[in-house]
Amino acid sequence: MRVNIEVNGVNYSEEIEPRLLLVHFIRDQIGLTGTHWGCDTSNCGTCVLWLDDLPVKSCTVLTAMADGHRVRTVEDLEQGGELDPVQKGFMQEHGLQCGFCTPGMLMTARALLDRNPNPSDLEIREAISGQICRCTGYENIVRAIRWAAANSSSNGALDVAEVAQ
Amino acid sequence: MQVPAPVEYERALSVDDAIERLTRLGPEARLVAGGHSLLPMMKLRLARPECLIDINGLADLSFIRRDGNVLRIGAMTRHSELLASQVISEVAKIIPDAEAVIADPIVRNRGTVGGSMCQADPAEDLSAVFAALDAMVEIRGPRGTRVVSVNGFHTGPYSTVVEPDEILTEVSFVTQKNLGSAYEKVERRVGDWAIAAAGAVIALQDGKIQRVGIGLAAVGAPDFRASRAEAYLLGKDATPDLFDEAARMASAECNPNSDQRGPSAYKRHLVEVLTRRALDGALSNSKGKAN
Repeated sequence: MRVNIEVNGVNYSEEIEPRLLLVHFIRDQIGLTGTHWGCDTSNCGTCVLWLDDLPVKSCTVLTAMADGHRVRTVEDLEQGGELDPVQKGFMQEHGLQCGFCTPGMLMTARALLDRNPNPSDLEIREAISGQICRCTGYENIVRAIRWAAANSSSNGALDVAEVAQ
Repeated sequence: MQVPAPVEYERALSVDDAIERLTRLGPEARLVAGGHSLLPMMKLRLARPECLIDINGLADLSFIRRDGNVLRIGAMTRHSELLASQVISEVAKIIPDAEAVIADPIVRNRGTVGGSMCQADPAEDLSAVFAALDAMVEIRGPRGTRVVSVNGFHTGPYSTVVEPDEILTEVSFVTQKNLGSAYEKVERRVGDWAIAAAGAVIALQDGKIQRVGIGLAAVGAPDFRASRAEAYLLGKDATPDLFDEAARMASAECNPNSDQRGPSAYKRHLVEVLTRRALDGALSNSKGKAN
């Protein structure tokens, strides 16, 4: 069957098998390998991307179900050569070690901060509770998201003055 | 790599269209809503439908609506929408209590009320919630629309009265101003299915228990409820001793299996503790509303 899916603002018209999972379409068919493929069972959350502005586990969504919808992946966080505050936060606070869970963590963090620009640690932990990191013990991921919240202007872009301090 | 077996895919344009497609394609076709139970089962070949009929486009099945003293929830309402609803948290705290511990926030963005009810997992939290609320389920099919009680809705594990050519469209329950409720769950880790869970709703009239419901998940309770404990409580003064006895009765009348989540005796113990906590929570929630 043919699907038309807008990924990161680009329209893709592709022939697929109806059983193709969205994570494999994104990685293998259109080559955006930033989204990782992990547990296959909607537990680990490394495959999280946005479907119409909501984070979803793409190992448990059929590509066919995304036909006519918008997808946003981790590749779209960087805008005009500028990293998103959540990406900078993960750098500043050492929010990753092996990096396997990072794309999912980043997409969940961005969605959280869009909805709640100043979350408590509890809200951050709750938001990432469907995602597994085996390296950091989560402490640095929470710090990274907190850093992003503290260093974002209201429109979600990085506040240059704050970073300079 | 886990992927589903080859399958056809169609989209329903309306509820009537979904029913027509189910009728035309026969019992090997399955509706898919959020897909967070069905797709994992298809990956494991525990389900092998020949055709999926996607009902995610049916926006008219996504609603939370007050209709007099009845609260109506559309089948395509996502778990995250239930959890975020102000109306729901005001009339039935048991729902956000339970939703906060159903899977995780990302899964809750996709999973639906109707999908959870039709999947009918023996550990489904919403089944216990709607049992406690004495909810009604609207089902539409080629023979018309019928409304059935949650009592008798489940015909066994993973099995309900919804026929292969029918679609669950709505869950509803009667609200009342002084209705208090709470949900208590113990799981092995965040986001897991319950080892055991108990929910309670209570309303008092002149100090006596005028309405009560106790829902139990994952412990083999018939219709997900502790009906003997409910009958024992009805019409009596809400005292700590009474709640202790009701919790013991709930523990005795369920029928948990020993499995990887724990031995049967441990689950019975949990049912007693959690039922007691849920009753206390429901009473306190009810008193908060009366004042």
